[in-house]
Amino acid sequence: MEEKFDAIIVGAGLAGLGAAYTLAQEGLEVLLLERGDYPGSKNVTGGRLYLNPIRDLFPDLWKKAPFERHITQEGVSVMAGARSLNISYRGEELEQEPYQSYSILRAKFDRWLSKQAERKGAMLVSRSRVDDLIIENGRVEGVYAGGDELRSQVVIACDGVLSMMAEKAGLRKPGSAKEFGVGYKEIIELDSALINDRFGLEGDEGAARLFMGEVTKGKFGGGFLYTNKESISLGIVVGIQDLMEGAPAVQAPVLLDEFKQRPEVARLIKGGETVEYSAHVIPEGGLKSLTKLSGDGILVAGDAAGFSMNIGVTVRGMEYAMASGYYAAQAVIQAKAREDFSAASLAAYESMLGESFVMKDFKNFSEAPEALDNHRIYTYYPELAGNIMRDMYNVPAGSKERLYPTVKKYLGLGELWPMFKDMRKVMKI
Amino acid sequence: MSEILGLKAKLGLDVFKHDKEPHIKIKPGMEKDPRLKRAVLVCPAGLYEEKEDGRVELTIDGCLECGTCRIACGTEVLEWYYPSGGAGVQFRFG
Repeated sequence: MEEKFDAIIVGAGLAGLGAAYTLAQEGLEVLLLERGDYPGSKNVTGGRLYLNPIRDLFPDLWKKAPFERHITQEGVSVMAGARSLNISYRGEELEQEPYQSYSILRAKFDRWLSKQAERKGAMLVSRSRVDDLIIENGRVEGVYAGGDELRSQVVIACDGVLSMMAEKAGLRKPGSAKEFGVGYKEIIELDSALINDRFGLEGDEGAARLFMGEVTKGKFGGGFLYTNKESISLGIVVGIQDLMEGAPAVQAPVLLDEFKQRPEVARLIKGGETVEYSAHVIPEGGLKSLTKLSGDGILVAGDAAGFSMNIGVTVRGMEYAMASGYYAAQAVIQAKAREDFSAASLAAYESMLGESFVMKDFKNFSEAPEALDNHRIYTYYPELAGNIMRDMYNVPAGSKERLYPTVKKYLGLGELWPMFKDMRKVMKI
Repeated sequence: MSEILGLKAKLGLDVFKHDKEPHIKIKPGMEKDPRLKRAVLVCPAGLYEEKEDGRVELTIDGCLECGTCRIACGTEVLEWYYPSGGAGVQFRFG
């Protein structure tokens, strides 16, 4: 009899690894296929991982995980052309264990996680690109990879944001530019003591900052900065639709170069040495852009399904990836116990996800993509905030105007009405 | 558009493994397609260049496999695959 796995997982990113770990733990036969040299070698994060939503799904995992720093300092910079308004937040809850979030580097983290999955019994094959699905009588029966025909009860497509597996299974179309952003970043090496001094951190404490406004020249998106142990992740996320339409026409790499040259940013990375440049597409379409999550013999998890979300103050994807991988695995475990791998049986994945934080978040924030797709957020408001601050702090040679009229002149009826309309949209987030 | 300063050096920091053939190709006859011009703006590695006669050329070396060109230009214009197993960019940090 030819060998047939319980599950073949396409892609050893966080969704695939979450699924593989969970399945192997229950003793199922799992084959995990990864096209890179090692898990994490094709993956990019901003990045940070929020642990709270997934802590209990993988209770034994976290103690030895190779995190970079736990984030104790949150920041937002509203960038106008020549000035910026910075908000920094610290709270004791961020400084107490269990920590809410950690900065991570994927090549390190995913590789470590794959070792844990292998230890549980999952079979990992790297340098193996899946070329196609085996589909017989409308059912997915396995995959073709590097000339091999590999069969399984179920295929879990964790092949990332472009998910050609989900496309081939007819569960999604390539998608439109409006539903995706592109993130690209540099890893800038810097001595850990210097990082601590510059950001006001101690030990393994870390800082996270988001930058909005001039950074993207009015395009949907922003800049980000995360401190790692001995490096800084610095990058840009920008909507692909806005980027390709021009107005103004800017080449993506130029945005990052100019961002690095902003005085607010330049002094944070001064003396650092860039050691890597990476980029990746990010699903940003929210609930409306999710793919079909299951088909006959196939489940879709992680970025492949569209599980990534930008709500302005937080940009999240990795928890959704690990959780959706976990629930996909649970559905397969149940199907195995019932000895029923039919589409109806596997659809338990969707109901489990529906009751989890994953789908609840996507429903709660279903209005976010539309509310944030407002150019005034990236141009008008940052300039306005900057100008108000400038005038408030200004001490002229002559007498200084009263504070209320100083602010009031920016907020006449002509300005307030469109603001009110924008606010109504933002309040839906 | 002219070459972006320092971009080649930046890409030179990454580890790339050679593939037998380019994993992304401009489909024959599509070199002047308006959809292809979007790639010049969106590619984070700046690998698409518009020539004086309006043709867009792609240099595959330095591709970060991010997928942006596939989304922006579409598969009518680009023949788009991932590199073969073990080939292409290998991030050491990610």
